[in-house]
Amino acid sequence: MGAFFQQVVSGLASGGIYGSLALALVLIHRATGVINFAQGEMATFSTYILWTLTTNHGVSYWPAFAITLALSFLGGVGIHRAVIRPVERSSQIRVVIITIGLLLLLNGLMTWIWTGQVKQVSSPFPGGTVEAAGVVISWQDIGTIVVSVVTVAVLWAVFRFTKVGLALRAAAVNPAEARLVGVRVSWMLGLGWGLAAVLGAIAGSLAAPTLFLDPNMMQAVLIYAFAAAVLGGIDSPVGAVVGGLMLGVGLNLLGTYVDFVGADLRLPAALLVILVVLLVRPAGLFGKPQVKKV
Amino acid sequence: MTRATSRTLLGFAALAVVVFALPAFVNDFRAQQFAYVGIYLIALTGLNILTGYTGQISLGHGAFMAIGGYTTAILMNDHGVKDILTIPVAIIVCGIAGLLFGLPAARLSGLYLALATFAIAVSIGAVIKKFDGFTGGGSGINLFGIPTLTASLTPLHILGFELNFNNWLYYLSWSVALLGYVIAWLILRGRTGRAFRAVRDSETAAVSFGVGLSSTKVLAFGISAAYAGAAGALFAIATTYVNPDTFPVALSIFLLVGVVVAGLGSLTGLIAGAIFIQFLPLWAQNVSKSPGAPAVVYGAILILVVLALPGGVSGLIARIARQVRRASVFPKP
Repeated sequence: MGAFFQQVVSGLASGGIYGSLALALVLIHRATGVINFAQGEMATFSTYILWTLTTNHGVSYWPAFAITLALSFLGGVGIHRAVIRPVERSSQIRVVIITIGLLLLLNGLMTWIWTGQVKQVSSPFPGGTVEAAGVVISWQDIGTIVVSVVTVAVLWAVFRFTKVGLALRAAAVNPAEARLVGVRVSWMLGLGWGLAAVLGAIAGSLAAPTLFLDPNMMQAVLIYAFAAAVLGGIDSPVGAVVGGLMLGVGLNLLGTYVDFVGADLRLPAALLVILVVLLVRPAGLFGKPQVKKV
Repeated sequence: MTRATSRTLLGFAALAVVVFALPAFVNDFRAQQFAYVGIYLIALTGLNILTGYTGQISLGHGAFMAIGGYTTAILMNDHGVKDILTIPVAIIVCGIAGLLFGLPAARLSGLYLALATFAIAVSIGAVIKKFDGFTGGGSGINLFGIPTLTASLTPLHILGFELNFNNWLYYLSWSVALLGYVIAWLILRGRTGRAFRAVRDSETAAVSFGVGLSSTKVLAFGISAAYAGAAGALFAIATTYVNPDTFPVALSIFLLVGVVVAGLGSLTGLIAGAIFIQFLPLWAQNVSKSPGAPAVVYGAILILVVLALPGGVSGLIARIARQVRRASVFPKP
């Protein structure tokens, strides 16, 4: 049984990372109604900023982390203003193609600036492990889970209790009426992109010590985050996090106990999750089924 | 025959002449590069039928090319089938794969379809590696050592002409490409093409006119995948080697870039899209020697085209043609 719980705990840690990125996808989907294919690349770019600050400029970890989050926020708002806003009201396909352009652009830029070589990112958490009830947990895993949970709680509180949060929700649900009551909808959507970039930066920084940093670091994570967001319901923030954790644990157990899947077929397994959920219950576990007026 | 039709036929005939004569004016290496342009043209024609005409986005067309490429490689390597004969088989296999994928995919709308097809592009490599007994796993299948089945080593003699491998490859891929172009034109100008466009422009209106939504989408997927299969088979013959990295995620994305640059929903600009995919990485080397440079240029151009030139090259050509016609109808005093 010990081995089982061991896998569950390490699954929770990777699930926290999937959940954070899935939450970023959900935020952008609620705000702009599109799926951001560049989310993984944005997260990796932020992680590179963190690496540069800590390695090349000698900034210690937490201040560097704070600067990274701030820069990521500005970057997210900037991307929205520059390339998303002009096509926001036209077809979804065009916005999706723009995010794919961003994916290529950012990926190429990272290779250009930092070369494709794998970089080692330091972890803010101590290196050892703790043992509880026969399960060995590394501080890295504990830190990842805690940071993910705190992030989600803070974000939920912002959305639930602050005026900005209310405006954000209003802009997403009904832009026309929100504008009538004085919400600056366009800036709210930009704010959504900024917050998503911050979430991506957090997910990237948490993932980097175990995945190692290279321009394609978050590509597989992005697919898992897609699967998590679809599983939880693409419009549900809670669903994204729960979906992320379920997927992290589920894939870990599947990889360990089903020989055929092993380590190689986890990605296709996530694809299968996406397809099955979309066909059986398109709204996901926590989403409200949409009724389309014809 | 209407004037528009005769103009199209005239344009096509001119294109065929240029394509036929080109190898006489370029060196061997260029001929090979233009052979790849032909291969991309086939894939782009198929993708445009699906994304441009039927409005169903696909970020996974590289995966269908992979299926076509592996069909060719396995038939040649394990069953000793001659390379040209594997192309129809690859087309049929991929067409069926497209129909099968289309069955569930027809229920997905825009964004979700993009997601599902992207996931397929990302995971096809892992699936290929998993079934290594069949596909050769990560080390792939080498076709170069089978001179009896392909023209790679000895020059070919056709109608008294001697063709080396690159010229042979050029004529083979462009024959398929031009044939595919004509077939696409015939499909799209008829009843099926109208059904495709109706589904793209308004699903509600399409249904009220008696167009079956899912059957039309599934058909578009099948046709589109069949084109990708032909492209994948030729790609395998051209590279004489396939492994999971022959068909990376980037290929699927580049195909989408190509079709957007060419212009969604028009066949005119497709060759420009294919040339763009093949030669842009080489041009990008002039900007910077960094391996990241092509992706930066691709991404920047993709964004610029969507923002500033929504019709792509086709839209640009149509606009210029309109200007010219107007100028000739109302000559300046």
